[in-house]
Amino acid sequence: MTPEPTDSNQPIISIRGLVTNLGDRLIHDHIDLDVRRGEVIAIVGGSGSGKSVLLRSIVGLMRPQEGAIEVFGEDALAYDETALRRLQRRWGVLFQEGALFSSQTVAENVQVPLREYTKMSQELMNEIAAVKLAMVGLGEDAAAKFPSELSGGMKKRASLARALVLDPEIVFLDEPTAGLDPIAANAFDELIRNLQKSLNLTVFMVTHDLDTLRSIADRVAVLVNRTLKVGTIAEVMRDKDPWIQDYFSGPRGRAALGS
Amino acid sequence: MAKMGSAMNASTPWFRVDHDGQTLRLTAGGPWTVYHAVSVDAGLRAIVPNKAAVAEIDASQIEALDTTGAWLLLRTRAHLKDAGLKIARFEYPESYRPLVGIIESEHLVAPAEVVTHVSLGTFLERLGRSSHAVLILGVGILGYLGRITIEWFKTIYAPQRHFRFTATAHQIEQVGINALPIVGLLMFLVGIVLAYQGADQLSRYGLDILTVNALGIGVLRELGVLITAIIIAGRSGSAFTAEIGTMKVNEEIDAMQTMGLNIDDVLILPRVTGLVIALPFLTFFANIMALIGGAMMCYFQLGITVPAFIRQLHEAVNVNTFLVGMIKAPVFAYVIGMVGCYEGLNVERNAASVGKLTTRAVVESVFLVIVLDAGFSVMFSILGF
Repeated sequence: MTPEPTDSNQPIISIRGLVTNLGDRLIHDHIDLDVRRGEVIAIVGGSGSGKSVLLRSIVGLMRPQEGAIEVFGEDALAYDETALRRLQRRWGVLFQEGALFSSQTVAENVQVPLREYTKMSQELMNEIAAVKLAMVGLGEDAAAKFPSELSGGMKKRASLARALVLDPEIVFLDEPTAGLDPIAANAFDELIRNLQKSLNLTVFMVTHDLDTLRSIADRVAVLVNRTLKVGTIAEVMRDKDPWIQDYFSGPRGRAALGS
Repeated sequence: MAKMGSAMNASTPWFRVDHDGQTLRLTAGGPWTVYHAVSVDAGLRAIVPNKAAVAEIDASQIEALDTTGAWLLLRTRAHLKDAGLKIARFEYPESYRPLVGIIESEHLVAPAEVVTHVSLGTFLERLGRSSHAVLILGVGILGYLGRITIEWFKTIYAPQRHFRFTATAHQIEQVGINALPIVGLLMFLVGIVLAYQGADQLSRYGLDILTVNALGIGVLRELGVLITAIIIAGRSGSAFTAEIGTMKVNEEIDAMQTMGLNIDDVLILPRVTGLVIALPFLTFFANIMALIGGAMMCYFQLGITVPAFIRQLHEAVNVNTFLVGMIKAPVFAYVIGMVGCYEGLNVERNAASVGKLTTRAVVESVFLVIVLDAGFSVMFSILGF
């Protein structure tokens, strides 16, 4: 699908010394993070700890005050518009509420990147949209509907179909299971896992959901005290930080992780 | 095509069809990805079996395959199968097995239609639907007018229970006092423009002094209240819809109802009452500003001094002229406030709806203000004012 990296151990996303201030509040204090190709990494942390800010900084919606972000080995903070556009085609973003364009049908939403970046015929775009919608588990009746006619879970699936339409190498998921009932959330976790395996995706997600963590995350990065603690769930759980202890060993954490 | 895939592979996808007796052999290679699909799509659709009975698809030379490319291969296979051919071989690089698997497992669905047909029938249907919508809207506004009027009488009857003094005072500040600068500036300019145009025409007949009459009657009877009402419809009517609409989106209105708060008392009456109180004062202020602007222009353009201006104005207008203008202000205010609140309550639970209905509220209230103004003119001419 893509030129293989010369060194397969080279991280697909590499963050060094990232400092972010919102107003006069320090959010990130020199954080480092490497995301490996093909893994599912989950960012967890309390409300307002800057999880979404981190995601938004990587995809170029916010600028950090200091630090370097490299994606696919290219500088994601460079002021070069064309280079950034080229990077953006290689990742897809699923926003918390789906962020589907409300004036367009689901099929048209999914076709937006195709229309923008390729010269496909409408017929082929229709077919691709149908394939993508089937991949995320939406039936053909959903294609002609408007976002306002969809349930929360269906919106997220449709939005995922849009994020995947150009076959990106990385998908960014902002709270993929927030607002879904447990059954829909499990199904969505499973969907992400399946797609990640078959499309060889790297998944970068921000989540609160302990079940999601347990079932699909390869590694976890915890944002506490403006810094990141990264490792597998087992490694991170051994950390003595009180927030981490509360998070993983509270009643919900114990129930989800079965310890 | 190479330029489209500059970030990807520089070569282009290709395929070849060979007929070998009963066998149709399709050989494919190159990058089969979303950026290159357009160059092979039409060709693949055009493949004809040409009396072949067996098809072999050999895609093992493909260098890159994504969902789009995999779909093209699978679609071609289905196309040949439907034409009655037996698929003897279907080969592609091993590493893409999971990818092809996930698309294959989803049975080939009917394409997602994007409907864009327009005909006389759909035009008539749309015409009918929008006429019906306008009718429903009119009935809705009329019904709401009645309801708010009843609520208002209840307030007059039992003010201690229904009237919210603080909220009303806040609204008077919002829609009245805060609007003074914009209304004042605009009406000052309107006065200047009117006096200038009047002077330009009337001085040709040596009737310079009648500019004051035209200005005084025009501003006091019609323009002062009309332009103020239109500014306020744009400024405050829209704000009512946006405020109430946003509360609707956030479920704040529902929360109030579950707490037993009366929406009409808490949100609607303070706004409508505040506007009904504020608009006459604004209109008075607007009239004064327009006359000041006109007087200034008369002095510079025609040399009419301020005392002469006032003397002429005194002869031209009487109290009735002034009252005819002022009496319209509370009526216009009532309509603007009511339409703004009505559309705010009609907002659905999505952000797009707020914008749509805010626009609609402004259009409707300006429309109603002008229609009512015409009605007033007819009424006053019959009554002989």
